[in-house]
Amino acid sequence: MKHLSAKKPVLLLLGVLGLASAQSALAIEIQSLRGENDIKETTEVPEVKRYNKDGQPLPRNYVLQPPLIPHKIDGYQITIKHNKCLSCHSWKNYRRHHATKISQTHFQSRDGIVLANVSARRYFCLQCHVPQTNALPLVENTFEPVESVSAQ
Amino acid sequence: MAKRNIAIGTLLVGIVLGIILWGGFNWAMELTNTEQFCISCHEMRDNVYQEYKGRIHDLNRTGVRATCPDCHVPKEWIYKVKRKIQASNELFHKVMGSIDTREKFEAKRLELARHVWKAMKETDSRECRNCHEYGSMDYMAQGRRARREHQEGLEAGKTCIDCHKGIAHQLPDMAEEDPSAVLAVHPEDKGTE
Repeated sequence: MKHLSAKKPVLLLLGVLGLASAQSALAIEIQSLRGENDIKETTEVPEVKRYNKDGQPLPRNYVLQPPLIPHKIDGYQITIKHNKCLSCHSWKNYRRHHATKISQTHFQSRDGIVLANVSARRYFCLQCHVPQTNALPLVENTFEPVESVSAQ
Repeated sequence: MAKRNIAIGTLLVGIVLGIILWGGFNWAMELTNTEQFCISCHEMRDNVYQEYKGRIHDLNRTGVRATCPDCHVPKEWIYKVKRKIQASNELFHKVMGSIDTREKFEAKRLELARHVWKAMKETDSRECRNCHEYGSMDYMAQGRRARREHQEGLEAGKTCIDCHKGIAHQLPDMAEEDPSAVLAVHPEDKGTE
């Protein structure tokens, strides 16, 4: 500081000011997760989403789309020892329970070996197949299904 | 006159004693028929109770609960006493430490589950039906799948446990029960267990 010339504090001050203004500009652009709510106000709680009631199979939107789950799955467990989904959707059980049968592709291991049962990489159904709720789309979506898979 | 007094006295003492002993017996039996009693042993508290917590019979919309004895001890007196006598075998295994670690419990899970399934099947799921009566089910209030499955099940003479295994606890290895609903064993992994 001893060698600091008279000009330097001025530059430093300008620099600090510049940084402060940049910060205030950022503050306007960035929105925190709590939205525009004042810190003293309580955030409005979003509506609780409900899973859709049991219905008919839902139409697919694109080729190779994993079919959606058209029913509730509360309490259905998938553990390393048992897969509740398969108690209806396996090849052995689907007819009796009037369910959609699991795709044959699911029996293949990642090395291409066809196994006698559902392969570990396809075992956790909910990684691809999901039930639906009454939630509205978060952003506008103009996607339209191709005609070949469209339900109309 | 004195003889008559003695007779009446004996009768009264008998009645009072009877009430106390009979009531005491039933009271003591009911004490063992509570959730708190069941989970006073770590075997139940750390395994099956943890799995039961948060599931439909513990946590639900209306707050009606079915606790351990509601499903695992018959309501009717004679069956209840029979079950309580059977429980002496459980006390024996408690002393022997048959399932006193998680590993021991997991090793016995299938066998223990099968005992419960067998009992439920033999009694036509009597304990379920204390609350869930087939005749009082409003199919129209049920979902599409439940409506069909319940009607078909009723016609086929099925009982609750036939489909609702694992409703309150984790299922054991089901490879023998339903080989189509378990994880595939990779050929390279065979024989490692």
